[in-house]
Amino acid sequence: MKLITAIIQENRLDQVREALLAAEIERITVTRCSGHGQQVQKEIYRGRVMIPNLTPKIRLEIAVNEDFVNTTVDAIMGSARSGSDGQGEVGDGKIFITNLEECIRIRTGERGPEAI
Amino acid sequence: MLKQKGRYGLSFLVLFVLSTSSLWAQTPETDSGATAWMLTSTALVLLMIPGLAMFYGGLVQSKNVLGTMMHSFVAMGVMTVLWVVCGYSMCFGPSVLGGWFGWNPDYLFLAGLDDSILDGGVPEYVFSMFQGKFAIITPALIAGAFAERVSFKGYVVFIALWGLLVYNPLCHWVWAEDGFLFNMGAAGAIDFAGGTVVHISSGVAGLVAALYLGARRGYPLSIPRPNNLVMTLMGAGLLWVGWFGFNAGSSIASDLSTAQALTATQAAAAAGALAWVIFEALHQGKATALGFASGILAGLVAVTPAAGVVQPGGAMALGLLGAAVCYGAILLKNKLGYDDTLDAFGIHGVGGIVGAIFLTFFIRDSWMEEAAVAAGGSWTTLQQLGIQVAAVGIAIVYAAAVTLILIVIIDKLIGLRASNESEMKGLDDAFHGERGYGMLNAN
Repeated sequence: MKLITAIIQENRLDQVREALLAAEIERITVTRCSGHGQQVQKEIYRGRVMIPNLTPKIRLEIAVNEDFVNTTVDAIMGSARSGSDGQGEVGDGKIFITNLEECIRIRTGERGPEAI
Repeated sequence: MLKQKGRYGLSFLVLFVLSTSSLWAQTPETDSGATAWMLTSTALVLLMIPGLAMFYGGLVQSKNVLGTMMHSFVAMGVMTVLWVVCGYSMCFGPSVLGGWFGWNPDYLFLAGLDDSILDGGVPEYVFSMFQGKFAIITPALIAGAFAERVSFKGYVVFIALWGLLVYNPLCHWVWAEDGFLFNMGAAGAIDFAGGTVVHISSGVAGLVAALYLGARRGYPLSIPRPNNLVMTLMGAGLLWVGWFGFNAGSSIASDLSTAQALTATQAAAAAGALAWVIFEALHQGKATALGFASGILAGLVAVTPAAGVVQPGGAMALGLLGAAVCYGAILLKNKLGYDDTLDAFGIHGVGGIVGAIFLTFFIRDSWMEEAAVAAGGSWTTLQQLGIQVAAVGIAIVYAAAVTLILIVIIDKLIGLRASNESEMKGLDDAFHGERGYGMLNAN
């Protein structure tokens, strides 16, 4: 079992969700978060361009069994890149994959891959 | 409503009959009571526009909150400028082009109003600014029908042209002294504060726009949750308060008729709101806050055309009817599946139609007696019903036809529907480069 954590652009959330649903990945946790990577984001307030220290991002967490790791990663990669040419831009985010020790469904007490 | 008074007629009278006295002696005195109330009403109607921004803004997704509020705010800029330049002239000038709209070169940039006082003792500037607020809120109402999916530039061009070609002519027909609906039948089509001019026209335009532009992405499979119902309720509250200016101010006086309109307004809003939550509780099992807010609006919209002619009992009946029919209309919309996002048609269009037609059955006797005298003997409820239905029909057909033409042209030339990409990003980011809720993220 793996835990896939993806940090993506806020405005790609719809596309990523649609791509994941198309790949039949429906179980997901989404949070708003802020952070700093390579990107500096410009926003306009009263005509002045401001550069906030931390850029708002979206964090997705998806727990998957081994067979689904590549499907999930491909779906995110294919949909989270910004720009019309699909080449992507600085700030499109990252995907982290970590081993998942255990997974327990609270209602039934099932453990392991069954519970995912 | 009090109309533009015959400025030229008065001048001629002064010249020919009272040539010995000065012009100043013939100008009506300012009635400070009436003027004070009209100034207050003007401010109250202006307050409705931020109220509408909050009402609509709370109902959309958080990525569209600023864009949606800007639909109301930008109308204050665009429509006010147009109103000063030529809107007042088009609405309240003498009929031109066969009565299509009015025109009086004196009114351009409101230049001729500088020392004009209406017969009711209210400076014409105040009347003009009061009426101008109606011209702002009407196109802003339409935005609810196509929320979350229009480009800002397309919207601005749309409301400017819509104001000139739909609102101004309708306002002229219904409220100008020489408008043809103002003079239809014995005592005119009844539209006290804008049932046809404001609510039917904007509701129908919204329906046409929603049908032409199509649904939001994913609708109706995924219907996003409102981002802030607290703000929506505050907006509904501001709208209710502001509506006293909208309705009671439409008497253009501070007297008995003002009191009648004010009471009818309060009674209808309360009846509508209560009725809505009762229907909801019976139908869904729970009385929702959004339902109460919608009921307030349905009641207020239904009483808007009627506030000057119905008694409190009739106003409550209209509020209840408005809520009942609007509730049904929204259920029907959900069945049919078109995306009138914030129910501009479902509440304003339907509520306006219900109010304008059913007010006929609750008109106070004194009004009918005056109408009978004007008609030279008798005037029946059925005859007035015919006039009301005709006025409603004309407003629907005219608003729908011109809106469709405008939308097709604007969508083809500069694009009204936002691109897929912009819609997914959200209006705030795509068209304004800002975010509404900074506090949701650490920065």
